[in-house]
Amino acid sequence: MQLDFRGAIRKALDDELTADPAVILFGEDIGAAGGAFAVTTGLQEKHPNRVLDTPISELALSGAGFGAALCGLRPVVEIMFGDFLPLAMDSLLNQASKFWYMSNGQASVPMVVRCVVGAGGRFGPIHSQTPIAWFMSVPGIKIVGPSTPADAYSLLRAAVRDENPVLFLEHKRLYTVKGEVSGEQQSIGEAAIVREGADLTLVSALRAVPDCLEAAAMLESAGISAEVIDLKTLRPPDIPTIVKSVKKTHRLMVVEEGPRTGGWAGEILAAVTEECLGVMQSAWRLTTADHPVPYSPGLEDAFLPSATSIVASVTQHMAGGKVDA
Amino acid sequence: MRELVIDDVATDTMLDLYRQMFLIRIVEDACQDLYSKGLLHGTTHLCSGQEAVAVGANSVLGPHDRVACTYRGHGHSLALGMDLNAFIAELLGRQSGICGGRAGSMNLIDLEHRLLGCYGIVGGSVAAATGAGLAFRGTQRVAVAYFGDGAVNQAYFPECLNFSKVFGLPVVYVCENNLYGEFTPMDTVTAGTIMDRVRAYGVAASQVDGMDIRAVRTAMQGALESARNGDGPVFLEALTYRFAGHSKSDPGRYRAAGEFERWRERDPIRLAREALTSELGVAEDTIKQVETECAVRLAGAREAATEALFPDPGESVSEFKA
Ligand SMILES: Cc1ncc(C[n+]2csc(CCOP(=O)(O)OP(=O)(O)O)c2C)c(N)n1
Ligand SMILES: [Mg+2]
Repeated sequence: MQLDFRGAIRKALDDELTADPAVILFGEDIGAAGGAFAVTTGLQEKHPNRVLDTPISELALSGAGFGAALCGLRPVVEIMFGDFLPLAMDSLLNQASKFWYMSNGQASVPMVVRCVVGAGGRFGPIHSQTPIAWFMSVPGIKIVGPSTPADAYSLLRAAVRDENPVLFLEHKRLYTVKGEVSGEQQSIGEAAIVREGADLTLVSALRAVPDCLEAAAMLESAGISAEVIDLKTLRPPDIPTIVKSVKKTHRLMVVEEGPRTGGWAGEILAAVTEECLGVMQSAWRLTTADHPVPYSPGLEDAFLPSATSIVASVTQHMAGGKVDA
Repeated sequence: MRELVIDDVATDTMLDLYRQMFLIRIVEDACQDLYSKGLLHGTTHLCSGQEAVAVGANSVLGPHDRVACTYRGHGHSLALGMDLNAFIAELLGRQSGICGGRAGSMNLIDLEHRLLGCYGIVGGSVAAATGAGLAFRGTQRVAVAYFGDGAVNQAYFPECLNFSKVFGLPVVYVCENNLYGEFTPMDTVTAGTIMDRVRAYGVAASQVDGMDIRAVRTAMQGALESARNGDGPVFLEALTYRFAGHSKSDPGRYRAAGEFERWRERDPIRLAREALTSELGVAEDTIKQVETECAVRLAGAREAATEALFPDPGESVSEFKA
């Protein structure tokens, strides 16, 4: 079935609501209005009483999600923009993610928090962030960030069925991307090689994946063969898949839409380096600068990773690599 | 700086207030147009319909007071005195914008004109003004927070109200109740009444007709006086309505039948115009002249902003102040 990304998310929610009466959706403007990004259109009509419009109370949303998950529901909470997650943070970070460990396995917290993330929409510094790094150091929470409609569908269904808290991120510049959705099952925690190559491994997630694929095509005409890995799950990251690739290509570049300092790209570099130091010729990351996302279109475009900036970075490092070799 | 002594029927004052409201309304219409032409990017939240709150309340502030408002902050920004050219240039992402093109419509900041910021996070303005109130303890300065009906359900609101009450902070909290948070009617997501909630904290609270600029001015005058006297925080609920969509993506289906038309009858600009002509005897020509002046100012600012340079992406940026 051909669906756009937003339609794939909607279908996954619809199918889960249909399959399991314990699934409940709540968030701001998601019901009658169908969501700020028109993702949940029609779901309230189809599943009345299980798709709720809430007050603007992010802490209550995440807190209620936590408590409800402990008592038999499978809540899917929408926090409209990922930038608003800090308001929901305590419940996610101090309650939901620790409960299974702290209760010595008495119960886990099967809840999903969905949010829109990412820059490029001209939404300015407070509606454009990709808040992965804020949660990267929180044990007990999974972070999923698909790049295609097919993955969005399969991984969201997996997230709802997961026994643990899952943060599910939807990049606003992916919503209109179309693709075939087969409905094939996928597991959280597995990265995929989305293009094979021999000279270098490009690792990324969310909107940067299409950028990496575009860059790989450009690099091919320059005689550089890039392998592209879509992480899909950022936490826990699938390090073995990357290690295997880097052992073949000997070079690793991680592309992250997010600030350099403390970002997840640094974590990937560290984890892979621990296993591949001896065989790696080069390892680096392309991230956004350590300042907020700017509003002005020219500033925002220059700030973001793109196929062109990925190619430029690869060319620069490969030149260095060849001298070293 | 505008005068501080209020005579709410003085003709000159009323004409000036009208001028400000009219300018804001045509600025908002221009924003709509700039957006549709692809010059204003992302999203923007127009305050059309709520001008009497912005102009009326800010017109009685003192020169050393401070204000925090929301992403729906165009009217407040202009009423506080933000330069029109710098305002429009910011919305268009230009170097000469009030924040150099970094912030955009939702996040305007202009400390020189008392604006601590337009806050893109619902409830953010409540917190910023509470902190400003803490800094103003024992002074003659007052901090003002503007926020919507939706913000009262945000944790910031009860926490800050309690905080400022127990410390007796000089803060005026102005809730602009326009009946909706985005597309959701406030009464479907808000238990009890806003006034009852505020009173439960022992904070002096009153309601005002947010479409009547003189009423807003008088109410705000009283609130500021009380806060300035050291009597602690004050709350005002301004009953108003937004004529535009919530933002650039608005299905618009949520309004009850006839509701929009009823509120349109109470358009604050129309009411002020009527007061000018019928009560204060101002000639139609005089008002027309004011309107023309506003249109000319706007056209000039719009042209200047459209021609202004974009910031240079190559310029190095520091995350810290040195
Ligand atoms: C913490 C937070 N949650 C959600 C939003 C998204 N949002 C922006 S405006 C808005 C509605 C706010 O309604 P209200 O407070 O009544 O102000 P109004 O827009 O009506 O002026 C929402 C939910 C946000 N900006 N911040
Ligand atoms: Mg409102």
